[in-house]
Amino acid sequence: MRGYILKRLFSIIPVLLGLTIIVFLIMTLIPGDPATAILGSYATPENVAKLNRDLGLDKSIVEQYFIWLSNMLQGDFGRSYSLNRPVLDEVLERFSATLILSGTALVLCTLWGVLIGIWTAARQYGWTDKILTFIVLIGISIPSFWLGLLLILLFAVQLRWLPASGMYAIYGGGGLLDLAKHLLLPSLTLSVVATGVIARLTRSAMLEVLRQDFIRTGRAKGVPERQILYRHAFKAALVTIIPVIGVQAGFVLGGAVYIETVFQWPGVGRMLVQAISQRDILLVQGGVVIVAACYVLFNLLADIAQSWLDPRVKT
Amino acid sequence: MNKIVGTVGFAMAMAFATPAALSQTPPDVLVVGQIAEPKSLDPAAVTAVNDFRILMNVYDGLVRYQDGALEVEPSLAKSWAISGDGLTYTFELREGVTFHDGTPFDAKAVEFNFDRMLDENHPYHDTGPFPLSFFFSAIKDVEAVDADTVKFTLNAPYAPFLSNLAYPTGLIVSPEAVKKHDKDFGRSPSGTGPFKFAEWESNAKVVVTRNDDYWDGASKLQAIVFRPITDANTRVAEMLSGGIDMMVEIPPDSVAQFDGNGFALHEQAGPHVWFLILNAKEGPFADKRVRQAVNYAIDKKTLVENVLQGTAEIAAGPTPPAFAWAYNDGLQPYPYDPEKAMSLINEAGHDGAELTFYVTEGGSGMLDPVPMGAAIQADLAKVGLKVKIETYEWNTFLGKVNPGLEGKADMAEMAWMTNDPDTLPYLALRTGAWPDKKGFNSGYYSNPEVDKLLEAARKSTDQDERAKLYRKMQEIVHDDAPWAFIANWKQNAATGDHVKGFKLQPSFFLLLKDVTKG
Repeated sequence: MRGYILKRLFSIIPVLLGLTIIVFLIMTLIPGDPATAILGSYATPENVAKLNRDLGLDKSIVEQYFIWLSNMLQGDFGRSYSLNRPVLDEVLERFSATLILSGTALVLCTLWGVLIGIWTAARQYGWTDKILTFIVLIGISIPSFWLGLLLILLFAVQLRWLPASGMYAIYGGGGLLDLAKHLLLPSLTLSVVATGVIARLTRSAMLEVLRQDFIRTGRAKGVPERQILYRHAFKAALVTIIPVIGVQAGFVLGGAVYIETVFQWPGVGRMLVQAISQRDILLVQGGVVIVAACYVLFNLLADIAQSWLDPRVKT
Repeated sequence: MNKIVGTVGFAMAMAFATPAALSQTPPDVLVVGQIAEPKSLDPAAVTAVNDFRILMNVYDGLVRYQDGALEVEPSLAKSWAISGDGLTYTFELREGVTFHDGTPFDAKAVEFNFDRMLDENHPYHDTGPFPLSFFFSAIKDVEAVDADTVKFTLNAPYAPFLSNLAYPTGLIVSPEAVKKHDKDFGRSPSGTGPFKFAEWESNAKVVVTRNDDYWDGASKLQAIVFRPITDANTRVAEMLSGGIDMMVEIPPDSVAQFDGNGFALHEQAGPHVWFLILNAKEGPFADKRVRQAVNYAIDKKTLVENVLQGTAEIAAGPTPPAFAWAYNDGLQPYPYDPEKAMSLINEAGHDGAELTFYVTEGGSGMLDPVPMGAAIQADLAKVGLKVKIETYEWNTFLGKVNPGLEGKADMAEMAWMTNDPDTLPYLALRTGAWPDKKGFNSGYYSNPEVDKLLEAARKSTDQDERAKLYRKMQEIVHDDAPWAFIANWKQNAATGDHVKGFKLQPSFFLLLKDVTKG
């Protein structure tokens, strides 16, 4: 097992390297450059050339990449010129905000997704199943940024129960309750689609298991239905459900980009969007490396959990 | 399992049950909804209006714009004298002013500020880059004559010098704070302004607190919080829910919501002009009649009222009316007259011409460029011009337009916000400003008389004389029609009814010293 984990951890390195090369290339392929982005209307060729020189961007792409790489390997992610501060400070600060948001969303969607999946599977073709399946379908189909805006309109503007945006109250804020208030709407919005996906897959995984012989035997022996569902069937279905949650973790991280924009959450997704429009290569690279590493880790955790649950899965 | 569901449900109910007082902002603390996170609070390092809105409350310049006008008045400088040849400016500085970090403001500090920006060998030049330092490229030398006198020597007469000093790039920073924080000065700023920097929490807020010793009278506000809220819909929702006291740049669709109903709507036309660059070098627009025809053919009233929903006014010429002292109010906008346009096009023999039109998706001051582009396309179709639109993201767009339209396009959208009537025409209408000469005259307009007027106006230090030259220039350009003149943006802002004493400035700066809350 330890060998497996180590091997997987090492395999992250080429993935990240490849990724940074691709991101670097894409960033240089998009027309426009940082100096133009900074200068706006004042971007004369002369001003652009001078500013590019000041920013150290007059070197070749290959040269720039290797400078970045060797600095990064020594822990120096460079300085973001669009934010005027070290990339690492910014990324870590923002990433913790994203982790709180997407972590909460992941817990919500796992909990609700699995519960709805089990309920609907237990009552296949019944009314509960039909209604919940319908709700789940709507959940999957609603564009989440739109849902977010509607929730803001209802709970912040009309009812004034919850703040419309941000992570903490802007004055005298802080503390867990304050965070929870700000977290509720965005995490709920972010979890809706993933809840739907997890619910559907849990339902089919459960149905698959419920059809098997050992369940029938259990029922014939008179094991209570609750115990059949939650102890026997669910445990067996988990092997299928865990990887789905692993994949959803990635989607939740990705979806955070819109949700962070709508709810003004100070996370890494919104940072990346701004960095791209500012052509802030170093910030984009730093953000991508951290997010990708985290994504790979999530998947690794899901794989480990799966192989632990089901020894048949090769480690 | 039901227990878990119950717990989650309870937690949600708890959160929902929080009192409505939640969204109130604290007394004496003004919360402003900004459009983006500032890049830096170092005035020499930034270019965006969004950043200027904070800076103007933290720093002072040697001079500033008068309330409600674009003419300069004393600020950190009590008075100044200009030599007859327009080459030396001598400023008498205000005495007894200190920076927020406690160090004194004096002539040496002024010298440090401009040397830092302009001298590549200055020890703190690497706290840049300073993208707008060319505003001061006319400066040859800055000299602290004594503690309270500073002398600027220019390499050529340059009339916009004073208004450039009033621009945020000319705000004075504390040299000691720069030395102390070095490259991080932009995050630990120190100036002389009515508010002191207190805190910057990335992507959440910038807090500034009252400077009790402000030389021009302390503010009544205890603090201002600037919150970046990038998404316009979210900004509107925050304003409606009471999470912020003031918001800037209300999207056109939401303006009506803030007119009354417990809110006050503020509007102010500024030094902004939205226009179409017409390629005068080749194709149909090489003919002045076709350029005029486009000006007649575009229904600017509909654009301004329907597309922009009243957030702009119809532009008459190249100079925005906000430059009241230099504006030629005898100019009338080209009236909407499709027949006249058609006859001009026929006369020139370009009926049914096909045109390529560069449209941008967004960008500073570009308002609503995509729907505006589509409306213009439809108007031109009515007079028999077939317009093909090519849409680009802002940075890409600039990369295509700034090097010139030759061989690529016949027309392009463009907008400028400037601080002096000299800037835009000098950079975008002179023959010497063609793209190959490093200017922004992307449509290759050339009229020797306009060139002469602009050069003369830049050299004169007499404002009345300059005004006369600019008025004449506007007349000629209006007739030559190198651009289709479309709109002057009215900047807007909304405040809650409890916010008093707020006023937008034609400079588009956000001055909050005299605002009160109660």
